[in-house]
Amino acid sequence: MTFARRSLLVAAALAATITLPAQAQDKFIIVASTTSTQDSGLFGHILPLFKTKTGIEVRVVAQGTGQALDTGRRGDADVVFVHDKAAEETFVAEGFSTERREVMYNDFILAGPKADPAAIAGSKDIASSLKRIAEAKAPFASRGDKSGTHAAELRLWRLAGVDLDTAKGNWYRALGQGMGPTLNTAAAMNAYVLADRATWLNFKNRAELAIMVQGDQRLFNQYGIMLVNPARHPHVKRELGKSFIDWLTSLEGQAAIGDYKIGGESLFFPNYRRAAGSGIGGRRTRGLRTHRRRAPEPGAAPAVPQKSG
Amino acid sequence: MYDLGAAFVAALRLIGGLDPGLLGIVALSVTVSLSAVAIAAVLGLPLGAAVALGRFPGRRGVIVTLNALMGLPPVVVGLFVYLLLSRAGPLGSLGLLFTPGAMVIAQAILITPIVAALARQVVEDAWAEYQEQLRSLGAPPRRALWTLLWDTRFSLVTVVLAGFGRAAAEVGAVIIVGGNIEGVTRVMTTAITLETSKGDLPLALGLGLILMTLVLAANTAAYAIKEAAQRRFG
Amino acid sequence: MHAGAALLPLVLDRVSYAIDGTPLVSELSVTLQAGSRTVILGPNGAGKSLTLRLCHGLLRPTSGSVRWAGAFSGEPMRRQAMVFQRPVMLRRSALANVAYGLKLAGMAKRERDDRARAMLDRVGLLALADRAARSMSGGEQQRVALARAWALQPEVLFLDEPTASLDPAAARAVEAIIRAIHEAGTKIVMTTHNLAQARRLADEILFLDRGRLIERTPAEQFFRAPTTPEATSFLREESI
Repeated sequence: MTFARRSLLVAAALAATITLPAQAQDKFIIVASTTSTQDSGLFGHILPLFKTKTGIEVRVVAQGTGQALDTGRRGDADVVFVHDKAAEETFVAEGFSTERREVMYNDFILAGPKADPAAIAGSKDIASSLKRIAEAKAPFASRGDKSGTHAAELRLWRLAGVDLDTAKGNWYRALGQGMGPTLNTAAAMNAYVLADRATWLNFKNRAELAIMVQGDQRLFNQYGIMLVNPARHPHVKRELGKSFIDWLTSLEGQAAIGDYKIGGESLFFPNYRRAAGSGIGGRRTRGLRTHRRRAPEPGAAPAVPQKSG
Repeated sequence: MYDLGAAFVAALRLIGGLDPGLLGIVALSVTVSLSAVAIAAVLGLPLGAAVALGRFPGRRGVIVTLNALMGLPPVVVGLFVYLLLSRAGPLGSLGLLFTPGAMVIAQAILITPIVAALARQVVEDAWAEYQEQLRSLGAPPRRALWTLLWDTRFSLVTVVLAGFGRAAAEVGAVIIVGGNIEGVTRVMTTAITLETSKGDLPLALGLGLILMTLVLAANTAAYAIKEAAQRRFG
Repeated sequence: MHAGAALLPLVLDRVSYAIDGTPLVSELSVTLQAGSRTVILGPNGAGKSLTLRLCHGLLRPTSGSVRWAGAFSGEPMRRQAMVFQRPVMLRRSALANVAYGLKLAGMAKRERDDRARAMLDRVGLLALADRAARSMSGGEQQRVALARAWALQPEVLFLDEPTASLDPAAARAVEAIIRAIHEAGTKIVMTTHNLAQARRLADEILFLDRGRLIERTPAEQFFRAPTTPEATSFLREESI
């Protein structure tokens, strides 16, 4: 049938025109990052600067931290940029990357209803605040999606001495969603919620929610960036990816991060230190994450996380 | 109610400003869904007609399966195509993941059963009417297939439109295989999802209004063309 | 008219047709010869339409055989044609409808368009050649159907109550065309409920009742003095 053959040719041509431009455009990398980072608007600010300087297009696929790391393991991304140090170090230990660099940190805030049933507004102590929420059985919205934020939240509960398995009840709602939808739900439910400051500042649907607790050092959230190991996935764009990582940890890139503000407020604090690469503001944080005293030299053997206190 | 009003304002501001980001998103949405529909039509129309005319063991099972596949959940298709196209998967070397090509493939898989199942019904009804005459004129089912597809073309336009509507409206497949990358794989539905998750509901609603207007426009155009052609060709 | 062996005579040998065990045509044996206009008569449910379809090859008998003289098993369809009570028009112009059968036979475009136009002219519809066939009147559509069948230059033309849905004027036009087709050398095998029409057109009558062939008589004699009681009572009832 000439009609049939003609149609098949049309379909093949269509498919080709859609896919070809994607291949032809060589100078791009895929970065797997998190939804909260994307929602903060940071990428919209720094990526054009990088493109202007190097001509490299950075394509960000925003997923949960767990999914982003999995994307890196599968080789579907060239670079992974997330904020869960333990998971990142595991990633390196498994051989999916040879180096992890710390790039910046932001902080979490605990938001809640202005009515404040747990009476914690203005506190600088996250642990005792959480404890009071659990005791008051005040509604609390959790991301529940194995993201970096969710992991941080669980660590804080442990810090507060609250055993979620026994204390869990109707008041604790695990939603399985990203930061934005979780905030939406918390606003609708008048619940307490742990959020990164960036998403909070961008979030427009606050209803009765306001910041209750902030400034506790244990609320700080460290970002790390890793190149997916070309030894494991030969197609990874090593040079282009390295170019991005180098720029992000250069003076210029770090300045760009610090320049990103919402309403005059910085969201992210650049903290890359060559040959140090650890610590928030140069100091070790306690309790929130495990840290080693000394970081490996860049280019040394892959780091192995040691579980200390 | 506040949100709806704000939504209209947001939508109008976007359209009026001819925001290039929005134009890019709209263009990509249309391109991806139209391409998927084209592939689905080329594959699904003859397939549906063949099932309508064919007499083979298991035919009823095929019909039931086709009808059931109309309800394929987009997320499931998205996940399936993701696993296929991932570098860790069988077709990873094609490098199609997180590109518009992957989105076209996923949507084509999603809507081909719809086109095939509905075409089967249309062609089967026509075959009941035409069968004796076509066979008498010397057209065995293999040749009658194309005659029937052409003769039922007006009903088939509606079938293809149904497929387009489904493709343009879905988000589950394209967000998984496309990654919602700004400027590359962001379409109307994934943009709405993003703005909703950021809490910018008026903007999300505004985009939704634009999307629905687009689909409505497509349907109106197709209906008008159909009516005109029908008047001309009976 | 056609190179190669002629199709006729057509021999039906104890042909039976049943659906789900119910016999609709029983032990039908008849030989159809070239030349004459054969009209099949009978009350409702006699199996007239089924018999036509069995002869044409649209249906396969459950027992017995339908044999053409040329001993074809493959494509006897090509050298016969059939016109149905309700004409089936494709969604295209009258010209394209007539040319369709020729396209199936593999004729080139210029040639089949010429032949189609000639056929439309013979049935008096050349002026409407480019009109959408489905928008024409019933009578016009039936004439297009006849043109389409005639264009194939069939050796046998089967017609199943071709004027039952038409008004008298259109019916007469159709009858004239049938006569013309016969004069051009095609055998006619036709069913009808209209006795006057049968009187006008038939050379011989096959009378069926409840699936059986009751009588086969030259037309003039059948209407004057049928030989069987079933035919006699049929004629009496139909004449009322």
